[in-house]
Amino acid sequence: MTDAIALLVVVPIVLALAPIAFGRLWGRTGWLAALVAAVTHLGLALVVAATVFATGRFTYAVGNYPPPFGIELVADGVSATLALLVSVVTLAVVAYARRAGPDTNEFYSGLLLLTAGISGVFVTGDLFNLYVFIEITGLATYALVATGRSPAAALSSLKYLLVGTIGASLYLLGVGYLYISTGTLNMADLAATIPEVGYDSPLILTGFGLIVVGLAVKAALFPLHTWQPDAYADSPDSVTAYISALVSTAAAYALFRVIYAVFTPAFDAAAPFALDALVILASVSVVVGSVLAVLQSDLKRMLAYSSVAQFGLIVAGFAVANATAVTGGLIHLVGHAIMKAGLFVGVGALAGVAGGRTVDDFDGIADRAPVTSAAFAALAFALVGVPPAVGFAGKWHIVLGAVEGGRWGVAGVAVVSTLLTLAYFARVVERMYFRDAPAQPAVDGTAESASDAALASDGGAELTDDDAASASSGISLEAKLIVVAAAVGAVVLGLFATDLVAVFEPVLEVYFE
Amino acid sequence: MIDLLGTHYNYLVFVALVGIGLYGVTASSNLVKKIIGLNIFQVGIFLFFVTSGYVDGAAPPVVGHGSGPYASPLPHVLILTAIVVGVSLTAVALALIVRIYDAYGTLDEEAIREVQLND
Repeated sequence: MTDAIALLVVVPIVLALAPIAFGRLWGRTGWLAALVAAVTHLGLALVVAATVFATGRFTYAVGNYPPPFGIELVADGVSATLALLVSVVTLAVVAYARRAGPDTNEFYSGLLLLTAGISGVFVTGDLFNLYVFIEITGLATYALVATGRSPAAALSSLKYLLVGTIGASLYLLGVGYLYISTGTLNMADLAATIPEVGYDSPLILTGFGLIVVGLAVKAALFPLHTWQPDAYADSPDSVTAYISALVSTAAAYALFRVIYAVFTPAFDAAAPFALDALVILASVSVVVGSVLAVLQSDLKRMLAYSSVAQFGLIVAGFAVANATAVTGGLIHLVGHAIMKAGLFVGVGALAGVAGGRTVDDFDGIADRAPVTSAAFAALAFALVGVPPAVGFAGKWHIVLGAVEGGRWGVAGVAVVSTLLTLAYFARVVERMYFRDAPAQPAVDGTAESASDAALASDGGAELTDDDAASASSGISLEAKLIVVAAAVGAVVLGLFATDLVAVFEPVLEVYFE
Repeated sequence: MIDLLGTHYNYLVFVALVGIGLYGVTASSNLVKKIIGLNIFQVGIFLFFVTSGYVDGAAPPVVGHGSGPYASPLPHVLILTAIVVGVSLTAVALALIVRIYDAYGTLDEEAIREVQLND
């Protein structure tokens, strides 16, 4: 299976065509194609992971052109872990979307294109190829955000498109600067040729700046995050869960690769101000994102701003530039994806019971949906960083690395962010458990926004299908399972955090020689 | 300075296009004009790549077509890909604009904001 790494991208792209080609003949083609693609993707990711753990590295020359000339696909411990993450999240979202919607053939086509784009970002070893995959990811995301039925979703999507395209174009311009000064686009080759040009060359420094700003837009760091809360809040729940888990993650991963595989820690030694600036950007993002999250009353917006803060923390970990902090950033990258996807599915499911998704609507919801509420609360505390969950493992390594590297500011910001994260989650959990539910469940009255209406109407359609399950809890079995699985996953991943460190270690050892 | 204008005018055009494009995206409140600005911005970057592959008096890198120096074809190939990406983005953007116009009856950002506030 030497082609497994390329098939990670090819299989979802080819299957993305199936719903368009056969959707007219059989209406369920989309869901089946997505399921087949997700299962196949999981199998391929396992093959890649097994090869990586056996041999350390998995490379593939596209079209048999040897690497610095042709495009190279590379998988190491980090790529393999993230490819597995893509498979798992895709499976969960495909299962969730069947009931929660949007259950259309077009949606599944978009979803599979997005899967292909993200998988491509995780496995490519070529800077221009990375641009193409980032744009495939972007295009599919814009389309998916617009599957929300409200006109606001289309507007959010267009806003995201404008900002996202400028970000990606700045990245492309940065790649152009590097290409002009070195004559190569292969990441490993760039790492060797950039020192020959000189780390203090204006072209190299400008290229670094443009690439970092471009990717920071995609990862939604403050003040480049403006597209993100609207896009998350106006998307259907299944789309929000998917893009919150993977799209910004892909951008942050690309940032990690650019800093360490292309520029290498030697660049940090030669031009320390470059990463200093990134540390400051990321730290501001952590604080401002958390404060904005505390101020939100809409839960999806709160979680969106929380992502701004968490990605700030992840990028801060990358920018501290020692192995411990980068390990922490990577653990938090994986952990955040699982926790945030679970939280968004949880908000979507609980909003169906509560009749709205503001903090007030969640009063006393724990009595009406005990299992989902418990899992939601567990995920919230996992993201705060309560041990033994994975949120703790990530933050612990970032703080430890920051202290090792003498970056007391980052350590302080990480601690402050933990308190602020607690502030915005504690008020939700307090309402869920310690307030009485409103006298009459306001299911009809408060379904104001179109996505809520869509949710309600979908729920109504379900009632005819199997009224017993839906009527008693209002939460589909899939949603409940996904939230619980995410909570369990967050804890298990936290317990096995040392194994995760062992997976990332050989990759980072190469960079920190 | 005049010398620079004469020999590197293509780079100055690149800077001008990127600037005009960004200005169009940020300053106009009409959504279609924003998309036009975005396209100009991208074209500026395409020009930068294409111009970087050009070598004055160089031969095309094809066997049997003169001897070196050769012009580099790679930036042109890259930009062909980037143009396809740009066209797809424009298509998605215009599709969204059709939906927005259907819903709000205007493409002016300020007017849409007022409609949203009134709802």
